[in-house]
Amino acid sequence: MTLSRRDLLIGTAGIAAGAQLLGASPALAQAAAPSYKPEAGATLRVLRWTPFVKGDEDSWLANTKKFTEATGVEVRVDKESWEDIRPKAAVAANVGAGPDVMLVWFDDPFQYPDKLLDVTDIATSFASRYGGYYPGLEGYAKKDDKFIALPLAAIGNGILYRESLLQQAGFSKFPEKTDEFLEMCKVLKAKSKPAGFAMGKAVGDGNNFAHWIVWSHGGKMVDESGKVVINSPETIKALQYARELYQTFIPGTESWLDINNNRVFLSGDISVTANGVSLYYSAKNDPKMADIAKDIRSTVLPTGPVGQPVELHQTTSAVIFRYSKFPNAARAYLQFMLDKPQMDAWISGSSAYCCPPLKGMIDNPIWSADPVNEPYKRASSTLRPNGYAGPLGYASAATMADYVMVDMVAEAASGQRTPEEAAKRAEQRANRYYRV
Amino acid sequence: MTETTLARADALSAQPSPSLMQSKGMIGLLFMLPAAIFLLAFLTYPLGLGVWLGFTDTRIGRTGVFVGLENYQSLWDDSLFWLSVFNTILYTVAASVLKFALGLWLALLLNEHLPFKAFIRAIVLLPWVVPTVLSAIAFWWIYDAQFSIISWTLIKLGVIQTPINFLGDTTNARITVILTNVWRGIPFVAITLLAGLQTISPSLHEAATLDGATSWQRFRFITLPMLSPLIAVVMTFSVLFTFTDFQLIYVLTRGGPLNATHLMATLSFQRAIPGGQLAEGAAIAIAMVPFLLAAILFSYFGLQRRRWQQGGTDE
Repeated sequence: MTLSRRDLLIGTAGIAAGAQLLGASPALAQAAAPSYKPEAGATLRVLRWTPFVKGDEDSWLANTKKFTEATGVEVRVDKESWEDIRPKAAVAANVGAGPDVMLVWFDDPFQYPDKLLDVTDIATSFASRYGGYYPGLEGYAKKDDKFIALPLAAIGNGILYRESLLQQAGFSKFPEKTDEFLEMCKVLKAKSKPAGFAMGKAVGDGNNFAHWIVWSHGGKMVDESGKVVINSPETIKALQYARELYQTFIPGTESWLDINNNRVFLSGDISVTANGVSLYYSAKNDPKMADIAKDIRSTVLPTGPVGQPVELHQTTSAVIFRYSKFPNAARAYLQFMLDKPQMDAWISGSSAYCCPPLKGMIDNPIWSADPVNEPYKRASSTLRPNGYAGPLGYASAATMADYVMVDMVAEAASGQRTPEEAAKRAEQRANRYYRV
Repeated sequence: MTETTLARADALSAQPSPSLMQSKGMIGLLFMLPAAIFLLAFLTYPLGLGVWLGFTDTRIGRTGVFVGLENYQSLWDDSLFWLSVFNTILYTVAASVLKFALGLWLALLLNEHLPFKAFIRAIVLLPWVVPTVLSAIAFWWIYDAQFSIISWTLIKLGVIQTPINFLGDTTNARITVILTNVWRGIPFVAITLLAGLQTISPSLHEAATLDGATSWQRFRFITLPMLSPLIAVVMTFSVLFTFTDFQLIYVLTRGGPLNATHLMATLSFQRAIPGGQLAEGAAIAIAMVPFLLAAILFSYFGLQRRRWQQGGTDE
């Protein structure tokens, strides 16, 4: 079980004290860690995305084993390619059968909120014990006042660059502002190797790049009420910037899918790209690429006119389906897996690929284990939900799945449409989902 | 021998048994039942479900309600949908014409007396036999923006300076996916037409040669008319396969760059599964049906011109 008897006593004492002092305040009651006793004979099926780094899987399974040893609950962990998680989860929710617990992406929980078990008590107890959730990740898990999912991690996206190639162009450090970044890319193209960012139908990299371009200039798809406001002067500015930036890229980025930038970066044909830290580790773990690995540096994507770094990243949350026959076992499992000792091990095991959702868990030796890891530590704090600034739901998911943002940026950047036309088209397309 | 046969025939005609007739019909029905169930379960039901979904607002994770033509109205105003219709038609027409011309040519070549005939015919079938996803992944590398072997060779030969942007430029990408589809589809056309060619009696050609017909005349007035029923069938299938192509595009471009290669099938998938809008995806898929029906009708009434085959004129 997740809690020792002592924790339980402290928790109960807290509730009792709270009840005495304040008259049974629910907020205080929630602050104490809830305890769940798995049902007799419970077994669990967990479906997660196929890990990107080996250590992630090893430590997740090791933690799961510990849970089984402590509670006797057998847990079967299945995995599925990350792009198949969304339809699988939706079908499981719809049909009412399948895994008990699932690790899902982005705004998936908002597609079927009423099919998910309320996990508010677990989330609030974590939040009160570990300094609260980062707002972006919380946004992906909290609907109105209720947590329908437990934030698990941000999969950080960051700039990876080749120090020697920057030096060749006369840059000793990576620019922090978007305008300086553009100037550097121009020089890189002229004097060294160009930059390259995915602008094709790349689910991860394409969306990360496009959202960063637009958000960093103050553009956004919808306002707080869910009204489409993408066709704004800020977006136009962002697209003009994208057009200029694109001209400094290596040719062919419109066709890049998620893997292309990795290949080109490792072949040494580009000096700068954006990716998860896994790209660095694929060089580091390959003896033949030792020279390139030593030369790789990382940083966060440059800050634009909005004055603060804002990025999409990837977000994963854990959900429990209502149809689960063993809801308490599932709760106990997540409460155990997402608690600090297990999370610390998992975050370390994931080699900086996963960034924790709770502020109190951010200090982990992994971030200083390698200088390249450090910028990925900031993923959770710079993260914004994909439906920013509006409510999450089917419209936000459909708009992203239809590549509205990616297409808009690519259309304007490649010169296929003027920034004004591209923004107008994106507005029309988004309105089909957000229904004016 | 003859007597017994006659006797049997007499016996049959003398005693027509109604109960036998009935049970024959029953047996016939029984024999057809498995096929009928099969068709109902795997053809009629999914198709019917698709049509129904197109009239609802079903999303993955939520059963929908009937909304009439709302999905189609919304698609009517969707520029991306119309772009995909245009792409699909362009893809189908261009690829089918090329596949037909090259396939027929290849069939004629293979019909000649070649050494290692069986071996060559087996080789020719390979593109069709290899799973599309596998060959598409190979092509993905061949067309890579940076590591393309074609670009590499041409650069080494000094023909070009920078790599060809196969899949990044909208026009290039369209040409590239069409040619890849042609590569994959030729064997089907060629081998089927080859089978047809072999049924044409050599005596017809001999007779025509004796009459002084040139090889073009023999092709035009013997081979082509004899082959045309088969051409109609082969091209119907070829058009259907091409129109509904998905795997090739999904591996090579996912519909990019800038949606220039998005076909109706890939758009339908993008909206229905990753986008979660089953109803709209179904509506796009159903919107393919009229085009497919038109293609089938065209090939049946346009290509199977019987009078022409029998030496008459068209109308």
